[in-house]
Amino acid sequence: MDFTRQDFVIFQNFLQVRNIFLFIRRYFNFVFFVVLQIAALYILFHYNKFHEAIFSGVASELTGNIDGKYNNVTYYFHLKKTNDDLAKENEELRNKLLSNFDRPDTSQKVVKDTIPYDSLGHYRKYVWRAAKVVNNTVSLPNNTLTIARGENQGVHKDMGVISANGVVGVVINTSSNYAIVMSLLHRQSKVSASLKKTGETGQVSWDGSSPLYITMKNVPKSAQVVKGDSVVTSPYASYRFPQGILIGTVMDVVDDKTSSFYTLKLKPATNFFNVEFVTVVENLQKDEQLKLQEETSKINQ
Amino acid sequence: MSDLLKNTVRFVLFILVQVFVLNKIHPLHQFIVPYVYFLYVLWLPFSMYRITQMLVSFLFGLTLDYFTQTPGLHAASCTLIAYLRPFVVNILIPQEGAELNYKSPSPVSMGWAPYSIYVLVLTLVHNSYLVLLEWLQFGSFLYFMGKVLATSGVSLMLILITELLFFRKEKFRTNTA
Repeated sequence: MDFTRQDFVIFQNFLQVRNIFLFIRRYFNFVFFVVLQIAALYILFHYNKFHEAIFSGVASELTGNIDGKYNNVTYYFHLKKTNDDLAKENEELRNKLLSNFDRPDTSQKVVKDTIPYDSLGHYRKYVWRAAKVVNNTVSLPNNTLTIARGENQGVHKDMGVISANGVVGVVINTSSNYAIVMSLLHRQSKVSASLKKTGETGQVSWDGSSPLYITMKNVPKSAQVVKGDSVVTSPYASYRFPQGILIGTVMDVVDDKTSSFYTLKLKPATNFFNVEFVTVVENLQKDEQLKLQEETSKINQ
Repeated sequence: MSDLLKNTVRFVLFILVQVFVLNKIHPLHQFIVPYVYFLYVLWLPFSMYRITQMLVSFLFGLTLDYFTQTPGLHAASCTLIAYLRPFVVNILIPQEGAELNYKSPSPVSMGWAPYSIYVLVLTLVHNSYLVLLEWLQFGSFLYFMGKVLATSGVSLMLILITELLFFRKEKFRTNTA
């Protein structure tokens, strides 16, 4: 039997292809392992960029459901505390009723009518929607809350979330009946804040170390800060929150000699350990503001 | 109970315990996160194909991830220990064929000392990889080391408690029976 040159080439090609198959069969476990790792890491890093995981819609509907069942149980044990909080909030709101005043305080007022315009020409800027917290973490490096309100109830991405005591966080993901809220105890959380007394602005974030305090950076040293000062949402945060919502109180002022800014340690106003009910804030003029800013940045480029 | 049913029940229980008990504990320190869920991967039967082991571990990790809003993080770590598991078992198994005589890794089937090493090694690998992935996003080297050691310590303690509370009676299986 004699081989022609062509036969030899075909045989060689056959050998090579066979080698690849052999290789895959020999190391199939390892190849499969690498594929799974790549899948996991892809999901992980993709998620941190956009806060949108693969299947997250279906998954949060399911996990939200289980969280809701679990919450039904724990909710019972917190009833007393919740009632106290609600009563306190009611009292606070009654004090703010217009009928308490002789004339409306037009300089401070954020109008909350259900119609878009009232007779004085105030237009409605914020809509509030109550929601129940069904899951909440404080011990992870990135903490989130799950609330039992979703797209069907008018909760969308990027809305601000507050509790009876102060700011809670921002909605980052929604399914039809649940929404995930990035709490202040999340390393990517950034809220524009100002000192209530003097008005200096800065940025509130979390360094991931202890859920008992958050930090406010970039406060100029010209500001006179003392322990116990209130920190509220700044006008620049109005994209998501009304101005003047309490974020926290100053626990400690860190005076870094190498910088011309203070770093403030804040005690969060919201108690993240037992938050039960939150209010989602919708800014009706968000799109208008965003559009204008985008157009302007286009011109500036 | 068949293996499939037993492992399905364990799957659900481990996830529920991790999400609704351990993750609800108020944090003692930023380094300490009580992880015990990956014991599920360590308890998978010897007879399972490695491919199936990895796939099950991946799904297990991913399920937990969807509860903690960190998709991929625990899935990656679980897949890694599922891949390494057979190598560690092969080194540590006391005599040839022990994996045929018993169903799954346990103090009875492997002996206390080899089983402890098996748990220790995979716990360290799991936690190091998990914290490493976190560390890529933030933190310092000290944070990394501290968190790996503290978290592993807590994990080992929890695993010991689990092993003592839920002692698994392993029957010796022979060909004749």
